[in-house]
Amino acid sequence: MIRLVPRQSASNGWQVATPLLAVLATMVMGGLLFAIMGYDPVAAIRTIFWDPLFGPAASYSRPQLLVKAAPLILIASGLAVGFRAGIWNIGAEGQYIIGGITGAAVALAVYPLEAWWLFPAMVAAGLAGGWAWGMIPALLRNWFGASEILVSLMLVYVAQRVAAWMAFGPMRNPEGMGFPGSRNLQQYPSAANPELIAGTGAHWGVVAAALAVLATWFLMSRHIRGFHIRAAGIAPRAARFAGVRPQTLVAFCLGLSGALAGAAGLFEVAGPAGQITDKLGVGYGFTAIIVAFLGRLHPVGILLAGLLLALTYIGGELAQLTMQLPAATVQVFQGMLLFFLLGFDLLTRFQIRRRVSA
Amino acid sequence: MIDPLSVFLLLLSASTPILFAALGELVAERAGVLNLGVEGMMITGALAGFAAAYASGNPFLGFAAAALAGALISFLFVVLTQVFLANQVASGLALTLFGLGLAAMFGKPFEGVKAPPMPAGPLDINWIVWLGLAMVPAVWWFLNRSRPGLILRGVGENHDAAHALGYGVRATRMAAIAFGGAMAGVGGAFISIATVLQWTEGMTAGAGWIALAIVVFSRWTAPGVLAGAWLFGGVTVLQLRLQAAGVQVPVQLLSMAPYLATILVLVLISARQKFSRRGGGAAPGSLGLNFHALR
Repeated sequence: MIRLVPRQSASNGWQVATPLLAVLATMVMGGLLFAIMGYDPVAAIRTIFWDPLFGPAASYSRPQLLVKAAPLILIASGLAVGFRAGIWNIGAEGQYIIGGITGAAVALAVYPLEAWWLFPAMVAAGLAGGWAWGMIPALLRNWFGASEILVSLMLVYVAQRVAAWMAFGPMRNPEGMGFPGSRNLQQYPSAANPELIAGTGAHWGVVAAALAVLATWFLMSRHIRGFHIRAAGIAPRAARFAGVRPQTLVAFCLGLSGALAGAAGLFEVAGPAGQITDKLGVGYGFTAIIVAFLGRLHPVGILLAGLLLALTYIGGELAQLTMQLPAATVQVFQGMLLFFLLGFDLLTRFQIRRRVSA
Repeated sequence: MIDPLSVFLLLLSASTPILFAALGELVAERAGVLNLGVEGMMITGALAGFAAAYASGNPFLGFAAAALAGALISFLFVVLTQVFLANQVASGLALTLFGLGLAAMFGKPFEGVKAPPMPAGPLDINWIVWLGLAMVPAVWWFLNRSRPGLILRGVGENHDAAHALGYGVRATRMAAIAFGGAMAGVGGAFISIATVLQWTEGMTAGAGWIALAIVVFSRWTAPGVLAGAWLFGGVTVLQLRLQAAGVQVPVQLLSMAPYLATILVLVLISARQKFSRRGGGAAPGSLGLNFHALR
């Protein structure tokens, strides 16, 4: 028999090794699943993880990597800060949608005005919209003790309906011949979020994601607020005795992650998506939760995890085209990845020893 | 003219999925397990139930399959939290994300086909609605009047004490999670087999999350769960009635009502607990905490 002995502190080696193990296990299990469904497992795994980068159509799919990774990294950076403190914002999808709407609202309000300040104003509005949507669960928790998990999640469904209402109602393109959806911001030069360097896929959201990684790294490892967050996550009572106010942390973490998710929504609406539609939310807010965990809640880890999950999105689309794999395969893969990661995490917190027979 | 009886029947039907899922989650939470995977287990049940009912032509077989599928997928959560001692919040989220993906992937062939008709039960009310109503006193009796229920509550209140007394913390929790999975599966299947009569991707639309909120609203009691489910059913029916009556409010705004109502009751009940003079919440003492026996 074996027994588990808790470690004094998490093992550094396993911290790095478990995400890699989880990815490997996901590939093996995923391959098995494909084999059961009647697809060639090796070809499927290669199509998802290899071909987008080095396959025959890589010149098209490679820039997509940054396009898909930017919102994931931007959102996950914010979420990870809260997760460190045990503050569970799982409604980033809603904050993303609202940020997209408030940001686009600025552009639609002044259309067709061309001005240098328009795009920065939209970013500010996107940040503010996401921040405000994130502050709802924060304030309800601080004032009344309502669970931020459930409130932030409920607000995703509300945000989806706000987006549908906007697309069919107030923001519908007056020149859209009755079709739902707003004006296309990509065709509005001052409001567009274009590719900055041709062929790379890099738009302003990519720049923002890089900044978010740097800023959250600084916050968590060099700033007193980050120290408070880590302390509150590891030992809440001790942190309170040391003068850390839990309510301040709740407001800070939900506000920060909301603002970053809102900015991600704005960059998407002004860039790759182009317009407000009822399908504005595509699940980045939920996938970002997996990115945060896979990246071990560490900025550098999140950067790598964001790129990997972006790869599964692109590879999944490719496999849908070339192998007729169902679209939801990617979602299953991402869920599986989180399962394996959480399971293997045992190794970072416990030592496995052989039980000495008495 | 709106006939109150027909409105009540609609309310019963609208509240049944939530009632099943919330009763299952209630038992799991009383055993100290916070399973945020309700939504994923419901959608799994919705698909498995629909597929089995469609293939066999028998809706009751569909519900049995849904219960089995819900319990089976909850086993993933059992392995993660009871064997690998993973964080319950993250594991529950993983179960929801995985369940939604799995159902979407295997559900494609069932899009666009119709469920077999459900035979009406006594008083023209669906048998499964009756079953749901019967489960309320059954769960209440089990938790408050039976010996296994007492042990289950002990495990949920203080797992170290229960372990010291020689009760199997892990086995109790495994059983409670599986029961929660089976109940969520039946609740999900009610949506696909008895309400919508079709399979569509993501058709549970947050019902699992609402069920989680209703357990909080119930202050962890079975009658409270029934009250919460009816409250939710009432809001849903009212919202649909207003849509049908052609009120001058956009459909998208009306359809927010169930979610906003859920937030509202969550806030009210949390505030009551926070500001009540007796202090302390009604939540089980070991809720969401993992148990690891050193001896």
